[in-house]
Amino acid sequence: MKQRQASRWKSQLGKLPLQISALLSGLIVILILGFLIQQAWPALSEVGVLRLFSDGTWNPTEQVGGASFGMTAMLLGTVFVAGGAILLAAPVGLAIGLFMRFYAPRWLASPYRHVIQLLAGIPSVVFGLWGAVVLVPLIGRYQPPGASLLAGILILGMMILPTVALLAETAIASVPAEYIRASVALGMTRTHIIGKVLLPNAMPGLMTAVVLQTGRAIGETMAVLMVCGNVVQFPGSVFDPVRTLTANIALQMGFALDLHRAALFGSGLILMSLVVVLVWIGHHIQAAQEGSHG
Amino acid sequence: MAENVPSILDQGLNLDALVDQRGLFWDRLVRVFVYAAAGVVAFVFLAMVWQLVRLGAGQLSWSFLTELPQNAGREGGIFSILISTLMILGVCLAASVPLGLASAVLLAQTQRQTLFAILVRRSLDVLAGVPSIVFGLFGNAFFCVYLKMGFSILSGGLTLACMALPILIRTMEMAIRSVPQEVHHASAALGMGPIRTWVTLILPAASGGLAAGLVLGIGRALAETAALIFTSGYVDRMPESVHDSGRALSVHIYDLAMNVPGGEANACATALVLLIILWLLNSLTHRLIGRWLGRRLIYT
Repeated sequence: MKQRQASRWKSQLGKLPLQISALLSGLIVILILGFLIQQAWPALSEVGVLRLFSDGTWNPTEQVGGASFGMTAMLLGTVFVAGGAILLAAPVGLAIGLFMRFYAPRWLASPYRHVIQLLAGIPSVVFGLWGAVVLVPLIGRYQPPGASLLAGILILGMMILPTVALLAETAIASVPAEYIRASVALGMTRTHIIGKVLLPNAMPGLMTAVVLQTGRAIGETMAVLMVCGNVVQFPGSVFDPVRTLTANIALQMGFALDLHRAALFGSGLILMSLVVVLVWIGHHIQAAQEGSHG
Repeated sequence: MAENVPSILDQGLNLDALVDQRGLFWDRLVRVFVYAAAGVVAFVFLAMVWQLVRLGAGQLSWSFLTELPQNAGREGGIFSILISTLMILGVCLAASVPLGLASAVLLAQTQRQTLFAILVRRSLDVLAGVPSIVFGLFGNAFFCVYLKMGFSILSGGLTLACMALPILIRTMEMAIRSVPQEVHHASAALGMGPIRTWVTLILPAASGGLAAGLVLGIGRALAETAALIFTSGYVDRMPESVHDSGRALSVHIYDLAMNVPGGEANACATALVLLIILWLLNSLTHRLIGRWLGRRLIYT
């Protein structure tokens, strides 16, 4: 009896390092959030959250007329670039998913999927490099300067496309095969099967993919930084340069001091909350799906 | 003969009257769109890779890998960059693998969904979504300034460790869960203690999947740029210890492309080196995953 208690006590003790590790892993997010808030606090208290949005311009180092901390233009830049990228990548990614699952000839489907998997692993800085060296000069030939909202949308869209396609294929593959066999037996056309049977059933998975990749697009820095031109302004057209929140941090972190630095951490806080909300939405879609499937 | 066939059969054989014309139209339209998308995507990405090869392959040679960068990286090789990258990776793995493995073991052990497990999982999911530039901000404030590590390989590696943790834990937990429950039961029946069971049975049985998780984590860390610029820094000299600043491959690509006029060729060559390493790691992952986990992993 005593021995058994001792061994149970020992196994509990053995678990302790594991629990501490898991606790540490779980606490990193809290630590990040805590440090962001602490570092951003001077800006949040002295400048105020409201001025981060209401100031018309971003001049945090201006001495003469007083510094201004308006992030609205950059926030809009982020929304435009990420929104455009997802509008581009979602339908094309879905089409690629359908292609790999249903349309591709048998000999092509597997190599094609393998290529898409390789593309999903290309680092964002390589997309940015290609954008800066090839795409920006190409756009610049027709609509100078080239580094623009359009370049950002195209590069970011290309970057998230492979992952969207792979996730879309996974979502489509999760639809039970009986549904498809039944639809074929009913003599439905292929488009009808896709539109009326496949997509409604795969919708939660597709939505999760889109939501999570939107988060990735919002948070992306390098690719956007290298092709968007980084001018703080409301873009008048897709050929105008823009600066996103992430690019702004990357450009100015190196020399920012005091309130300026705090404001950059504030923009980091904005980015983080956007992403947290998206992850939360993604999870609710997934949870709802698991609930409905029993 | 033909005149004798009843006209009603004629109508019955008229397929055009039977088939929904609008449906067929949409069928063709969707097929055209799907094929066009597949073709355009394949073309654009092949063009991208081919252009990088055309711009960078001329620079690639053995000496490119073994020489130090000169003239801000326009000339010379990437030897010190490779060493810095390896050191950053080493710090990252030394910190994240023990922590990740221990967390994965705990999460895989909890049979019921305890509140603790749910909270840890949820916070790891959020961590996986945190933008890399935010990791950069955090790493700068916490490791560089608060813990006084300065711009160093240590700061960069630890920041990357935080980034790689979610994917490490997720894949390692799946690897451990894929070990059949009977192994646990059998070892309990033989009276083996929990530590011996894990060290001699479960972890070796899961080793393929654990390795796959490790390789995925390495890939994630190698691809990272934004989190490193303000933690491990820009310095392209040979690092003498982990307390020196060191430039990773990805940061080198960024710096050559954006801040060094005339650095494009070497930027493309460095990108090719990075891509080759990542694609080798990718095929390694796929072989490991294919052997040990089935095809359950999602690419994020």
